[in-house]
Parts: sequence; structure tokens; C-alpha cells
Amino acid sequence: MTTAISRPRRRQDRAGYLFLLPWFGGMVFMIVPFFASLYLAFTDYDLLTPPTWAGLANFRRMLDDATLHQSLKVTVIYTVVSVPLSLMVALAVAMVLDRGVRGLAIYRSIYYLPSLLAGSVAIVMLWRYIFGYSGVVNDFLAWFGIQGPGWASDPRYALSTLILLHVWTFGSPMVIFLAGLRQIPAMYYEAASMDGASGWKQFRSITLPLLSPIIFFNLVQSLIASFQTFTQGYVISNGTGGPGQSTLFYNLYLYQKGFAEFDMGYASAMAWLLLMIIAGFTVVNFLAARYWVFYDN
Amino acid sequence: MSLTLTRPTKTEPETTPPKRRTRPRFLKHVLLSGVGIVMMYPLLWMISSSLKRSDSVFTDESLWPSVWEFGNYARGWTSLSEPFEIYLTNSLVIVVLSIVGNLLSCSLAAYAFARLRFTGRKLFFAMMLGTMMLPGHVLVVPQYVMFDRLEWLNTYYPLLVPHFLATNGFYIFLMVQFMRSLPQELDDAARIDGCGPFRTFWKVIMPLCLPAFATTAIFTFISVWNEFFAPLLYLTDPELYTVPLALRQFMDSEGQSMWGEMFAMSFLSLAPVIGFFIAGQKYLVKGIATTGLR
Repeated sequence: MTTAISRPRRRQDRAGYLFLLPWFGGMVFMIVPFFASLYLAFTDYDLLTPPTWAGLANFRRMLDDATLHQSLKVTVIYTVVSVPLSLMVALAVAMVLDRGVRGLAIYRSIYYLPSLLAGSVAIVMLWRYIFGYSGVVNDFLAWFGIQGPGWASDPRYALSTLILLHVWTFGSPMVIFLAGLRQIPAMYYEAASMDGASGWKQFRSITLPLLSPIIFFNLVQSLIASFQTFTQGYVISNGTGGPGQSTLFYNLYLYQKGFAEFDMGYASAMAWLLLMIIAGFTVVNFLAARYWVFYDN
Repeated sequence: MSLTLTRPTKTEPETTPPKRRTRPRFLKHVLLSGVGIVMMYPLLWMISSSLKRSDSVFTDESLWPSVWEFGNYARGWTSLSEPFEIYLTNSLVIVVLSIVGNLLSCSLAAYAFARLRFTGRKLFFAMMLGTMMLPGHVLVVPQYVMFDRLEWLNTYYPLLVPHFLATNGFYIFLMVQFMRSLPQELDDAARIDGCGPFRTFWKVIMPLCLPAFATTAIFTFISVWNEFFAPLLYLTDPELYTVPLALRQFMDSEGQSMWGEMFAMSFLSLAPVIGFFIAGQKYLVKGIATTGLR
């Protein structure tokens, strides 16, 4: 009796595992490195000689590594400023577009296209020249009699140009917000206007709560991605993180340590520190979500 | 933009309802077009600069070049360490194989998760969702060591093999969502007609999933075409360089003053992405809306 039941069950198992075969292979490519990286974080390793156990030495070194602190500062400032800023722009533009604008599809395409290009080397190189001393931005400022600095080559402003590059990609969260806004029934707004609620009140009491799960999802995703920024810092400074370490993103420093100096134990420890920071931010996000994210069921 | 509001016209009669609606609508278009111009200006400037003489890129402020210099494209094509068609071919080979790999491996996994019942399905699905959140930088050092041991450095294997092993959970998730929306009766009918799970997958489900495959293909194209970190890490021989790696050479000292040529090749590197965007917009927008992929 048991065999009669378990035979089709086993056949189903076999089919399932066969379909998942490539995926299992992929998991090996991820799970083994995941634990290997945790192990390497506690070792000295230069790729040529076998790793030697170093205990907490790598983590202790981090406490005194001023360059590491600088790279953390760059990454955190970039994330904390650019993520909320681009989400706010995305939401504002989505709300304007949602109110039935003629040519919606054209506007949406124009705003969305930059998010597909911003990660490319070509655009970051372009950014360096647009925000250069004789770039377009300064040409524009010159109309108002202002002589701007070389934004991308000035340690005070270089990171801001990359924050603007991030804001330039507001199109992709905007598309998600547009899809979300379309789900909100129009009758909510009709009822609210009938009760005399102002536009701001409607936004606070209808749009924001009903859109909050989508805003939350975008926030979590963008934070995780933003902490791992690499290409922008690498290309705008030609690999150095300059001027004056002002664009030395955490992952750029990790790359320099691991793959230029082959200090791979330290690079692994850095990777785990960043993982912990990202996990920390994500947990805080989820905890805070209880107070502002509203689920309608 | 509110400045334009503060110009009252006395001759205008009492604002009638339709007029009251036209004015804000017009203002809205002014605002939206303004944002649109700011968004597009960097690209237009790049195209315009690619057609100017290198020494006038920063002096000729107009978007319309005073002297047209089409030669930038010809000179840029041959000004890097290899002719540009080498880089284009390399990028194209990697992109096409990555698309094939993603479509095959992710659709197999997605079919298992969406349609088959087997022990551990929920656990594996949760693991798959977990890998979507896992920041890739944690894996980089050991993966590099592993590829070094396999003697895969300076080959395309490190860039291609992960795509054949369904390592990108977003595409699996996208396909799972799509397959779940197909009626279960399809599978039942196929089984009654004597199809095993593989025939059902290949003959019934695959053909219906073309929209999800199109989305996956376009997203893979754009992300692999733009990919910079992995090629930088694994490719050191200039003959193997992809387009983004090659472009970087313009930043080196000899390339510093070839602005016209640099922008010409930069624009060429973006053109396929823009083309795919225009052709596949429908799938892109749908894809982002369902998975939050970017």
C-alpha cells in the first residue's frame, strides 16, 4: 500500500529535482563562496600561499583604517541622500503623471530611459565632463554670471555629482509607483473631495497609506543596491576613488584591497562588515515599517 | 514654474469651467516637458559632442555643431588598443550566450517552482528568494579564488556560467509569477494526453511564456551589456575586453584629449540599449511593475 502511494510521489520528486538541476548548481556557486568568505574574513590570504588563521586581526585593523572609515562615510552619505531624494522625485512625478495627462507614454519613456543607461561606463564618463570645469553645467551657470568650480574634480562636490546621477534614474521607481497609483480606486478620492478634503489631505490620508507597501519595497531594494555602488565611483575617478578619496565607495576600496593588493582576508572581512551594515539597515527598515506601512487587508 | 501663474490677463473674461481646466493642464505640460528636457539633455549633449571637433567640444556651446565632424566615428573606431568591432563582437557574444543561459536555466527552475509538487519545494523557493536579497559583493573574493583554481581567469566562463545556472532569482521569480497565472487545466490536459513533465514544459508552457521570456531577454541584454565589475575583475587581455572596459581606455592619459572620438564611441555603446528600449518598452514596463526589477 505504501509503495503504491509513494511511487508517483517519488517520480514527482525526481522530475522536480531534474528541473532544478541547473539551479542546484548555481546554489553551489553561491553557498560555498558565502561560507568560504566568512572563513577567509578570519585569515590572512594573498591567493598565492594558503590562508593562515588570523582570528579577529582583520576586524581589529578596520578600527584603525582611516581609509575604510572614509569609504564608509562616502557610501553612507551617498545612500542616505540619494535614495530618499530619488524616491521623492519619482513619487512626485508619478503623481503628476497619474492624473490623466495626454502623452503619458512619451513622458514615461523619456523619464525611464536614463535608468537603463546610468550604470554604463559611457554615462559616468559623460557625467565627468558635464560637471567638468568647462562642462555644460558651468556654461548654464555662466548665464547667471556664476563661475562654477570643476564639480567632478573638486573633493567637495564630486560625490554630489554622483548623487545627481542617481536622482537622474528616478524613472524606474516612478514606473513602479505609476503601476501602484493605478490600483487605488478613484472613488476614495471622490468621497474625500465630497467631504471637502484638500489635495494635501487626500495625499496624506489616501495616496500615501495605500502606496506605502510599494514605497517600502522600493526603499529596501534601493538601499541594498546603493550600498554596493561601484562603477560610478570607479569610472568618475578612473579607479582611484579621488579626488581626495571623495568618491571612494566602500566596494571600490574593497576591490582595491582584494584585487590590487591581494589582501583577500581583509577584503573578505570588509565584505562581511558591509553585509552586516546592509542587514542592519534592512532590519531597521522592516521594524520602522510597522509604524508607516499600511496593508489593506 | 509658479512664476508663470502670476501674470494675470485683464482682457480675459470670467474664467469658465473648461478654461479653468485648460490652464493648469498647459502648465502641467510645460513642467513635464521641462523635466523631460533636463532628463534628455545629457544624452543630446553627448550626441552633439560626438559630432563636433575635439577642440570645440567645450567651446562650442550650441547643441547644433557649427562644424560637423563625422570623422570622430571613424577615428574613434580605431583609436583604442583593438579595433572597435572586436569589443562589439565580444560584448555581443557574451550578451547572446547570457540570454540563452538565463532563459533555459531560469525557465526550468521556474517551471519546477510554479507547477511541480516535490519534497522541499517551499524550502528551495525560500532559499531562492533569499539569494535575491543577498548582496553579491560578499561572494566576490571566494568566487575569484574558485575561478582562479579552475583556470578560468581571462576567459568568458566566469561571466557566462552563472547565467546557465539560474543564479539570478529575479528572472526565476518573474517567470514563476507568469506561469502561476496560466490555468492548471493546461497541465492536466497534457498529462491526460500522455505528456510527461518535460513534454508539458516544452510543448505547452514554454510557448505561452514568451512575454515573460521577452522581458527576461531584454533585462539580461541591458544589464550584461552595461556590466562593468565582472569583466573588470576577470578579463585582463585587451583582446577579450567588452565595450565598457574598452571605453575606459579613453580616460587614460593618451586618450584624454580625444573628446569627439570618446563621445562617438560612448554613444555607439549606448545605442543598442536605446534600441532595445524602444523596441521592447512594453515588456520592460510590465516587467518592472511585476518584480520591481530595474
